[in-house]
Amino acid sequence: MSTVTSAPIAAPVNAKSARATWRKRENFILGLVAVVCFLIFWETTVIMGWAKPLFVSSPTRIVKALVAMIADGSIWNHLAVSGMEFLFGYTLAVVVGIPLGILMGWYRRLNAILDPFVSALYATPRIALVPLIIIWFGVDLGAKIAIIFLATVFPILVSTITGVRTIDRDFIKVARSFGASDRQIFLTVALPSSVPMLLTGLRLGLGHALIGIVVGEMIGAQAGIGYMMSLAGATFQTDRVFVGLVIIAGAGMLMTEVLRMIERRFESWRVDTRN
Amino acid sequence: MADPQIKMSARGVRLDYFNERIGQTLHVLDGIDMSVNEGELVSIVGPSGCGKSTFLAAVDGLIHVDGGEIRVSGKVVNEPGPDRAMVFQNDSLFPWRTVLQNVIYGLEIQQKMPKSAMIDRARGLVELVGLKGFADHFPHELSGGMRQRVNIARALAPDPELLLLDEPFAALDAQTREFMQAELLKILERTKKTALFITHQIDEAIFLSNRVAVFSARPAKIKEIVSVDLPSTRMLSMKHQPRFRDLQAHVWRLIEEESARTGLMTAQ
Repeated sequence: MSTVTSAPIAAPVNAKSARATWRKRENFILGLVAVVCFLIFWETTVIMGWAKPLFVSSPTRIVKALVAMIADGSIWNHLAVSGMEFLFGYTLAVVVGIPLGILMGWYRRLNAILDPFVSALYATPRIALVPLIIIWFGVDLGAKIAIIFLATVFPILVSTITGVRTIDRDFIKVARSFGASDRQIFLTVALPSSVPMLLTGLRLGLGHALIGIVVGEMIGAQAGIGYMMSLAGATFQTDRVFVGLVIIAGAGMLMTEVLRMIERRFESWRVDTRN
Repeated sequence: MADPQIKMSARGVRLDYFNERIGQTLHVLDGIDMSVNEGELVSIVGPSGCGKSTFLAAVDGLIHVDGGEIRVSGKVVNEPGPDRAMVFQNDSLFPWRTVLQNVIYGLEIQQKMPKSAMIDRARGLVELVGLKGFADHFPHELSGGMRQRVNIARALAPDPELLLLDEPFAALDAQTREFMQAELLKILERTKKTALFITHQIDEAIFLSNRVAVFSARPAKIKEIVSVDLPSTRMLSMKHQPRFRDLQAHVWRLIEEESARTGLMTAQ
């Protein structure tokens, strides 16, 4: 009677899809042109003497400073130190934030007990905790990791809790109708449906971790991108400050984009709130 | 109760619902008496909000009754069990599972056979509902009608004695709905299942059913049980026959009376 004949995913090469592709490409080109214009304008203001390079640097000066730092090898040490801090701090936040978030999302009582602390700390600007961290950890690697951890763990924790808690009621009804136990509901419904929110948490955490790097290294360090920037700032090496800025911004954009791509892959898992 | 012909029986089923927001107890079901015989498809229709979905959830064991009893194959229903399976209105397919993995779900939960047997059974059902070749697709890649086919296959997987369907085609467009009605009858015939079907479409109820139970407005009682004396092999073209129309008019009149009685609709 109603046999299915057509494949569900065809690749229609029609005018509409061509227009959508063009619109995407157009957006990219517009953005690129705007950036190039901005860089030219920036360079021009310095060449024309409208602004002093000591204050605003310029694209070519930034590139030159970067090349010099690569040539004398100093950049690698800064990158390695900051990368290490990031790796430890972020990993620790993930390892603590996700399991704890899953437990807090699933066990109402545990959530009730821990929620006041989490809410208070989440609402506190984490920079306000820096003096305490210095008292406890000094200004060594441990302190940097602690700062990055504290900056990162809360967005991950809170997103994971939300992810586990917002389960489509219909899914629970289906599971219960098949006689699923609480444990089975947790494993087959709550966990998979928390994945999109969890990924969002990881992405939000990235930005916070980068803030943590800069803040942590500004309070005292021997190396690192943040340290390099604050030292350069204190000695009016504006070009070097911008080098650090470009590196931090580039790393942030790159990692955020990678996570965004992973998130898109799981977009269809997101809880449908229409019902 | 020993009558093996009777798959499901409800005797004096009462159900109250406490509404926390208004702090009042609503009487939803007020003594429902009905039964479904082996191999039969019985539909329940009634005015909107009359409690027919609540009754179905009670038969599934998702909600406890406050009085009377529901028996399936002679056993009193207290909780969900493998002898019943529900096809929900919103297809509620798990988006992280493929078609095959969705169909397997109930078998996985009930853990009664080895994994390879589960896969074989699920594959057979995917084919039975006409989705051969789509086993490895994800739900979001399917149309509404196809998703409901998966939903039906998922419910059939644990081989329930009684299939419960809660307005399964309500969200589909009119054409797809008609095709799915015919398709459901074919599936039920091939699997020899007994079914209890909720709908607000009167023509759908008559087309599919051996009998149609008309619920009164809330608190719901059985207003009338209408026997559908149409040939047992149903074809979509029957919907235009005079007898079909008579039955449709009759059921509609019953619902109209109920709606008028409770002010849902002004009496004419």
